[in-house]
Amino acid sequence: MGSAEGREQYMGQHVLLIEDEPNIAEAIRFILSRDGWRVSTYGSGLEAVAQVQSLRPDVLILDVMLPGQSGHDILAQLRGMPDFTDLPVLMLTAKGQGRDREMAERAGANMFMAKPFSNAEIVAAVRLLGADQIGQDGTQGT
Amino acid sequence: MPFNLLVLASLSYVIFLFGVAFFVERRAAQGAAGWLRSPLVYTLSLSVYCTAWTFYGAVGYAARSGLEYLTIYLGPTIVFVGWWWVLRKLVRIGRQHRVTSIADLISSRYGKSNLLGVIVTVMCVTAATPYIALQLQSVTLSFGVFASATVDGWAKPDGEVTSVWVTGGLALFTILFGTRNLDANEQHTGVVTAIAVEAVVKLLALVAVGVFVVWGIADGPRDILARIDASSMAEWHMKPSRWTGLIFLSAAAVICLPRMFQVLVVENSDERHLATASWAFPLYVLMMSLFVVPIAVVGLELMPEGANPDLFVLTLPLSQGQGGLAMLAFLGGFSSATSMVIVASIALATMVSNHIVMPFWLSLRPARAVPGDVRRLVLLSRRLSIVAILALGYAYYQGSGGSAALAAIGLISFVGVAQILPAMMGGIFWRGATRTGAIWGLCLGFAVWAYTLFFPSFGADAVLSANVMANGPLGIAWLRPQALFGVEGMDPLIHALFWSMALNTVAFCTGSLLTFPNPVERVQAAAFVNAFDAEPGNTRGWSEHGAVGAEDLLIMAQRILGNDEGLGFFEGQARAQGKSGYLPDPTAGFMEQLERRLAGAVGAATAHAMISQIAGRATVSVEDLMAVANEAAQIMEYSSKLEEQQDELTRTARQLRDANDKLTQLSVQKDAFLSQISHELRTPMTSIRAFSEILAEDDLPGEMVTKYGKVIHDETKRLTRLLDDLLDLSVLENGTVQLNLELSNLREMIDGALRSSSHTRAERSFVIHRDLPSEDIFLRTDSDRLTQVFINLISNARKYCDAANPELRISVRRKGGRVIVDFIDNGSGIPKGQQALIFEKFARLTDQTKAGGAGLGLAICREVMANLGGTISYLPGQWGAAFRVTLPLRLEPPKK
Repeated sequence: MGSAEGREQYMGQHVLLIEDEPNIAEAIRFILSRDGWRVSTYGSGLEAVAQVQSLRPDVLILDVMLPGQSGHDILAQLRGMPDFTDLPVLMLTAKGQGRDREMAERAGANMFMAKPFSNAEIVAAVRLLGADQIGQDGTQGT
Repeated sequence: MPFNLLVLASLSYVIFLFGVAFFVERRAAQGAAGWLRSPLVYTLSLSVYCTAWTFYGAVGYAARSGLEYLTIYLGPTIVFVGWWWVLRKLVRIGRQHRVTSIADLISSRYGKSNLLGVIVTVMCVTAATPYIALQLQSVTLSFGVFASATVDGWAKPDGEVTSVWVTGGLALFTILFGTRNLDANEQHTGVVTAIAVEAVVKLLALVAVGVFVVWGIADGPRDILARIDASSMAEWHMKPSRWTGLIFLSAAAVICLPRMFQVLVVENSDERHLATASWAFPLYVLMMSLFVVPIAVVGLELMPEGANPDLFVLTLPLSQGQGGLAMLAFLGGFSSATSMVIVASIALATMVSNHIVMPFWLSLRPARAVPGDVRRLVLLSRRLSIVAILALGYAYYQGSGGSAALAAIGLISFVGVAQILPAMMGGIFWRGATRTGAIWGLCLGFAVWAYTLFFPSFGADAVLSANVMANGPLGIAWLRPQALFGVEGMDPLIHALFWSMALNTVAFCTGSLLTFPNPVERVQAAAFVNAFDAEPGNTRGWSEHGAVGAEDLLIMAQRILGNDEGLGFFEGQARAQGKSGYLPDPTAGFMEQLERRLAGAVGAATAHAMISQIAGRATVSVEDLMAVANEAAQIMEYSSKLEEQQDELTRTARQLRDANDKLTQLSVQKDAFLSQISHELRTPMTSIRAFSEILAEDDLPGEMVTKYGKVIHDETKRLTRLLDDLLDLSVLENGTVQLNLELSNLREMIDGALRSSSHTRAERSFVIHRDLPSEDIFLRTDSDRLTQVFINLISNARKYCDAANPELRISVRRKGGRVIVDFIDNGSGIPKGQQALIFEKFARLTDQTKAGGAGLGLAICREVMANLGGTISYLPGQWGAAFRVTLPLRLEPPKK
């Protein structure tokens, strides 16, 4: 983890983080930037879909409890758009109940993570999602 | 006696009365009326029957017509001793239906007809005007007697100036104490007590003059009897027709006079007082009449030929050099006159305002508009009515020249108001009496009275020409005003009394028999006639109707009764229905209670019309009633009872459903609570964990270490705060909280709370309205805890008030032993559906980042207030979002 090989591999890949807690957003931004990702953050549920459409990230990290519109609703909308049916999405929730995991899966999340998480976990998860993306695109073989 | 001394004495006396009325109002407001509502005060207040006419005029009457003056006392005595069950029924009906005046009683009985209210009001005002003029005249005359007896002091002003001052002063006193409250059932305790004091003064004065005459001038009772035998009074012979007629007349007047109805029925606070009054009032009247003949006889003997016998009570002591006694007599007469004018103008003003001004104003408004500030309007119209009525009395006094003998004017008034008697008695004893009958009877009786007695009283050629008087209109002899139908040789007064009452009664009965009562009338008839069987609440006027918004009704009620009264009434009704909060279900029973309550303020007809406006008129189930109107009234009542039971069942079912909903909601809330706690704890922990790992792994630049260290620090504090709040809440809920009770100033607490909450959305300008003097209250409570509640409410207003120019009004009031603090902002308020939820834990109406807290604030406030022996609640129907904090002035520490 965190090796030079990893950094090169994800160099330039784009992660969009939608999270309303500024401190959490800052922590994730720091960790992923250090791992070689280009990280954008956005802090509200409103206009979140538009953000995704304009930034077209390689990986999306989406919090569930967002002001304006919940993460589940945002994801459901994205999955309804042809461009984003395969967008890798990692959902974050602070409630940590089994029901939340089910709801995230039903909404179409690729991965689900309960807060608080360790830094290594989130880096691994994003890498995994990024690698899938690369595999699918076929631009970079593994 | 110098005139200036006299003015000074009258002024001090009035100020003393002012003091009495003011003191009593204060005590009553603190709920400590106690002995002020005793049978004694009630009985004394009834003595408003004895006016200046009685005080001065009875002696004059005796000097002119011998013992005939006794009839004026015998009538009331007969009513109070023998007919007190009639009075009891009147009082019972008056209290059940919150009757505000005699016009209201008639209007309410005959289907809440406002036309009848107007007719009775016009009659009463017409009949009372000369009577009020008479009082003004007697006060002015008595001033004149004193002033002419002296040369030093101020120059005596002429009668006109005196009477203007007297009229103005009476208007002021009446307005100050007669129109402070709106609801007539709150009663004018202050005025009534002042009247009772005046009753004592006038009795003492008359007895003192009598005692002086019997033992001071004459040689005791034996001598007086001898003097009576020697005087012309011994030659007096009783005329049976006049004697009977006058007794009947005064008996009718004691029930029908607006001022008597006011003290007898409207101001009655306890039906049992009537039992005491039934013997005590005749006794009072007896004392008042005891010395009339001795004073008259001695006066005729000693005073010069041509002296006005109406003023013997004053002039006799003056001629004997008894200045002090004369002053007492003067105050007695002054009391008699002022008490009558005050009570009469309060009663008449209520009638004019409720039956003429308010309906007129209502009719000007679009049908469904919610009335504006009705309360102020009603008070204003009452004040203006008082001024108008006194001005009318003054105008009459000026116009008539004040020449007629006192007694004659009084009797004319009596015959006028006696016209109400058939409609009133028929109304409370005869279910068949109808509105049409009442209108016919009243109008005909009134017309006959005016034609045969009132107009002729102005003198020949004043209203009716001498030709009409002598030969009848158009020469029709049998229509001569004082010899109707060719009946000649009758005393004019008895003639008028006989014909007006006879025609009135015949018209009333005929009208009632020929017409059919409408449904509302029928229901009211049953309620009035069976007043003793029926529990209050038997007039079914409102059917259950889901469309009526309780909040609309509340807004209207507040505008008529005032904010506190309105809220208190709605809260009580809601509690009676088993609901919490301020909004009861608009059931038929509730609507009736509300209508009655409003009727106490604006009269039955107006209250009915106002509720109809809000309820969209359809709620008056006239159609339903029409359907059964052809059947017997009993069947209708029976069916409405069944309906009531059905309503009751429906309501119970609804309450059960509500309870079940509430339980389900609570269970959902518990899950949500746990989930919320989890969320609130995990969020800061996420940041802490992430940054601490970052700090542990790398050799970061120094400023980054500082920055991330600070984040960890802040998030830890946030966690701690959350845990503190949770613990606080748990301690408060368990009642194990330690209160730090001390005396502290409410204003300082509010100051502190405003300071502490000024950081919340500090960028917005926020206008605070306060009334600092009212906040200057020392409370024994836990000031830190109370301030915590205030901070919460003010911060919430700063956060959530969505007005462009946000304002917050903080108002403080004391009520009994409690303090009420309202926080009202000008935003859009909290939607009705969510008002019940806001005090629940984690109940946050908007998104969380804006709120910045965990949503425990109001839940903690609620628990704090419970611990401080108070409450916090949301006030619906205000400016914007409104919270009311109520707490005891002195919180007692819990007993161990």
